[in-house]
Amino acid sequence: MTSDITELGVAAIRDGVTQGEFTAVEAAQAFNARVAAAKPLNTFITETPEQAIEQAKAVDETRAAGKPLGKMAGVPIGMKDLFCTKGVQAAAASHILEGFTPPYESTVSGKLWDAGATMLGKLNMDQFAMGSSNETSHFGNVISPWRAKGSNKDFVPGGSSGGSSSAIAARLCPAATGTDTGGSIRQPAAFTGITGIKPTYGRCSRWGIIAFASSLDQAGAMAHDVKDCAIMLEAMAGFDPKDSTSLDEPVPDWEAALSGDLKGKRVGIAKEYHMDGMDAEIEALWDKGRDMLADAGAEIVDISLPHTKYALPAYYIIAPAEASSNLARYDGVRYGQRELPEGAGLQDMYAATRAAGFGDEVKRRIMIGTYVLSAGFYDAYYTQAQKVRTLIKRDFEQAWEKCDVILAPTTPTAAFSPGEQSDNPIAMYLNDVFAVPASMAGLPAMSVPAGINKDGLPLGLQIVGKPLDEQGVLNAGLAIEERAGFTAKPEEWW
Amino acid sequence: MTESNYRIQGATGEWEVVIGLEVHAQITSQSKLFSGSATEFGNEPNTQVSLVDAAMPGMLPVPNMECIRQAVRTGLAINAAINSYSRFDRKNYFYADLPQGYQISQLYHPIVGEGTIEVQVDEKDPDSPVRSIGIERIHVEQDAGKLMHDQHPTMSYVDLNRCGVALMEIVSRPDMRSPGEAGAYVKKLRSILRYVGSCDGNMEQGSMRADVNVSVRKPGEEFGTRTETKNVNSIRFLQQVVEYEARRQVDLIEDGGTVEQETRLFDPNKGETRSMRSKEDAHDYRYFPDPDLLPVELEDSFIEECRASLPELPDAKRARYEKELGVSAYNAAVLTADKETADWFEAVLGAGAKPKPASNWLLSELFGALNKRDLTLAESPVSAQQAAELLGLIDDGTISGKIAKDVFEIMLETGDPPAKIVEEKGLKQESDTGAIEAVIAEVLAANEDKVAEYRGGKDRLFGFFVGQTMKAMQGKANPKVVNELLKKALD
Repeated sequence: MTSDITELGVAAIRDGVTQGEFTAVEAAQAFNARVAAAKPLNTFITETPEQAIEQAKAVDETRAAGKPLGKMAGVPIGMKDLFCTKGVQAAAASHILEGFTPPYESTVSGKLWDAGATMLGKLNMDQFAMGSSNETSHFGNVISPWRAKGSNKDFVPGGSSGGSSSAIAARLCPAATGTDTGGSIRQPAAFTGITGIKPTYGRCSRWGIIAFASSLDQAGAMAHDVKDCAIMLEAMAGFDPKDSTSLDEPVPDWEAALSGDLKGKRVGIAKEYHMDGMDAEIEALWDKGRDMLADAGAEIVDISLPHTKYALPAYYIIAPAEASSNLARYDGVRYGQRELPEGAGLQDMYAATRAAGFGDEVKRRIMIGTYVLSAGFYDAYYTQAQKVRTLIKRDFEQAWEKCDVILAPTTPTAAFSPGEQSDNPIAMYLNDVFAVPASMAGLPAMSVPAGINKDGLPLGLQIVGKPLDEQGVLNAGLAIEERAGFTAKPEEWW
Repeated sequence: MTESNYRIQGATGEWEVVIGLEVHAQITSQSKLFSGSATEFGNEPNTQVSLVDAAMPGMLPVPNMECIRQAVRTGLAINAAINSYSRFDRKNYFYADLPQGYQISQLYHPIVGEGTIEVQVDEKDPDSPVRSIGIERIHVEQDAGKLMHDQHPTMSYVDLNRCGVALMEIVSRPDMRSPGEAGAYVKKLRSILRYVGSCDGNMEQGSMRADVNVSVRKPGEEFGTRTETKNVNSIRFLQQVVEYEARRQVDLIEDGGTVEQETRLFDPNKGETRSMRSKEDAHDYRYFPDPDLLPVELEDSFIEECRASLPELPDAKRARYEKELGVSAYNAAVLTADKETADWFEAVLGAGAKPKPASNWLLSELFGALNKRDLTLAESPVSAQQAAELLGLIDDGTISGKIAKDVFEIMLETGDPPAKIVEEKGLKQESDTGAIEAVIAEVLAANEDKVAEYRGGKDRLFGFFVGQTMKAMQGKANPKVVNELLKKALD
C-alpha cells in the first residue's frame, strides 16, 4: 500500500488515514522517500523528514485515542520558504536570511499543523518571492519535472512558488503552500499542470509570512485538483487579530459545497485579455474553456475591463515601493547575515550586508521602489499607480454587475527554459500580465490545468471571482477540471 | 492681545524672534503603539521588546486603540478638530535604533487637526497678557530605540525598550515671540496633558521633548528662514535655545550672512546649538501609506465617549475657583497650574475646609513648608484630610491662626492629627469670657498709666493691651474675644 500513497492527493490521503487504510506515518515515510530521491529538481531548501514523522505520529495517536481528526489529517505537505516555521530555517530563498531560524510559527502554517498536516520541508522559491521562473533563489534554480516531447531540455516551474509547483507536479508532496503577490501561485500552477488558488486578500493571515508587498501578498493552496485546494485553503484561512488587514469573516465549508454545475451562473470574457503576441494555443485553450463552462450550464457574457493594460505597469510601481520598505529591516543588526568589513561604520555595514545578502532581482526591485517613492517622483509614480489600482478595482466592480466569475488564460505562454528570459526583466514581468489585475483588486483567483500544448507542456486557465466568493471560483474551476480531462503527468527522469 | 515686546538688539536695530514648537509627548499607555510590550521607564535594556518591536521577519503591527483614544482626548482638550479618518504612513530611513527601517507615523492624514491653547505669559501674574497659540496638528507615531555607545570599545549597543512606544507629536503654529512665551506654552501644554492623563510630562525621563523652530525678522516683516533644534528636554534649555539661536541668527544676518534651513543640536554644557545636518543632506524619507495598517476611522460615538471622559481642564477650573469659590485670581492660577495641586486642594475642600482660607493656607503655609524641606506635594507628611482638620480648628475658633502655625510644624514632624496635638500640648484657645476678663483686669491694673494715655486719645495703644493680654495667656486666648472684651473694658 505504502508505495501507492504518493499517487494520492489531499482528500484521498486524509480519508485513507482517517479510515485506517494506512497510517499518517506511512504517508510521511512514502513522501519523505520521494523527496530524498528528487535532488535534481532542487525543490526543497530544507528537508524535515523527522518533523514529518513526528507530526504524523501525533495524528496516528489522536486517531488511536478515538479523537476527531483535522481536515488535513496525516497529509504531508511542503511549506514555501517564505513562511516562518518555528525551529526550521525561513530564508525566503535569500542569502541575507540564510541561517535565520524563527522562534515562532506563522499563523497559516500553524493552522495547517493544527489541522493535521505534516511538514516534509521548506520549499525553494524565487528570492523574497520576486520572480516568475524560480531563477532568483540563492539556493539555486528549481527545475520543472516536465520536459517537452523528445527533449532533455529543462523547463522552469514558474515562480515565485516554483518549489511548490515542481514538488507537487513531481509528486514529492500532494500539496504545498504558496503565496501570490502578482501571480506567484497561479503562474507556476499553470506551468506545471497543477491547481492553485489565491483567496480574497485578507482571507489568510499574513502574520509570520516574510513580506514582499503587504497590500498584495496573500497565501494560498497548491495541489493536484480543485477539491484538494478547497480542503487545504479551508485549513489555512480565517480571521487573525494579529494581522490588521485580515478579514473578520467566517470560513465556509468550501469542500462540502463544491459543485461543477454552473446553471444560473454567468461567466465573463474580457475583451482586453486578448493581447498582441499571445500564443495561439493559449487563445484556443481559452475558447475551449469557454465552451466547457457553457457546457456546465453557465451563460457566457462579454465584459470589458478597460484598465487591464495599465495593471502590470502599476503593479511594478506599487509592489517594489512596498518591498523597498518591507526589506529595510534586513540590515545585519539583529538577525540573518552580517557583513562587517574591517573598520566599517554603521552605514558601511548596511551597505556591505545588503550588497552581499540580496540577489540582483531583489536589488532591482528595491531600487525601483526607492526611486518611485522619492521626493519629486512620488506623485508621478506611486500616486498615479494607486489611482490606476482604484480604476482596476472599479473595472471589476462594474464587471460583477454582468457576471459571477471571469475566465481568462493564466499565462500568455507555456513554460520556458531557464535562462531564456532572465536577461530581459520586462519579458519576465509579462508572464504575470493576466494574473496581476486580480491581485491589484484583491480578488480570489485560481489556475486549473486545462490542456497540453504541441510540445507536451501543460497550460492553465484562470478563474477570477468576486470578493469572498472562493466558492464560485472553486466551482467554475471544478467544471473545467471535470471536462478538460487533464491526466498528463511528467515522466520521471530525475 | 498685546504684541510681545521682546526684542533682540542688533547693530541695525531691533529684531523679533519667531518660535514654533513640535512637542513629542509619550502617550501614557500600558503597551506600545503597535505591540503588546510594556512601556515602563528605566528597566533593564531589551526586556520590553516583542517580535514586532524587533522587526522580526513576517511580524505585523496592530494598533493599540488606547493610544488612539488618548490622542483624541488630547485633541479635544485643546479644542481641536478630530479627524474621523486618519492613516498611518511609513517614514523610511536606516538607523540602528529603528529595527523596521521605517517609523510608523502620520504625515498625510493626522488624527487631530487645528486647535488652540490659551497661554498666560507670566503664570505668577494674573494680569499678564494671554496669548492664543495655534496648534496645527497632532499626530501619533512610534518612538525609536536608544543607542548605547559606552558599553564596548569599538561597537555600539542598542536598547529597544523604548522602540515602538507611542508618541504624540503636537505641532504648534509659529505663534510665539519670546523665550518666556515658549516656556509658558510648554508649561501649559504639559499641564493640559497631565490633566487629560495622556502623557505624564516628565521631561527629565524623556517622555516629553521639543523640536524648537526659530527664526528672526524685523518686526512686521516676513518670516525669516528657520532652524530646527532637535530633542530639547527641559523648559530652561528650550528658552536657552531660543535666546542663543535668535542672537546667532541676528549676528549672522547683520554680518552679511544668511540663515541656513537646517537641523541643529543643543549642547547643554556649552549652552550652544550646533549644526547637525543641512537641507542639502536632509533625508528623503519616502513617506507612503503603511500597507500593513488600515485607515483609522472613528465613529462619532467614540469621539463623544472620549469627550465625556475628559476631566475639568485647567482654564475651566481656574475660572470656577475664582467665580464660584471666591479664591483670588493669583491663588486660582497657582492651584490649577498642576493637576496634582488642584487635586490636593479639592481633597482638602472635600474634607470640609472652606475654599478661601484653604487656598491661602496651601500657598503660604503648606508650599512654604514643603519648599523648605525640598519635598513635592505627593511627599507631603501632612495629608489633605489632616490639613482640612487643621483649617477646621482655626475656623471653629479652637485655635488661633498663630497657634495653627505651631501645630502645623508639629504635624510635619510627627505626622500626628492636629486635634491630638492641640489636646496634648494644651494649645486650645481660651474663649471663656470670664477667664479673659480676669486677665484683662490684671493687665489694665498693672498699666494704669497707659490706660490713662489711651483714654486721653492715644488709640494706637490698643494693640499694646492686646499683646499684653495674649502674652499673659500664652497666646491661647481667642483674639477676637480679647478684642471685644478689651474694647468694653477700656471704652
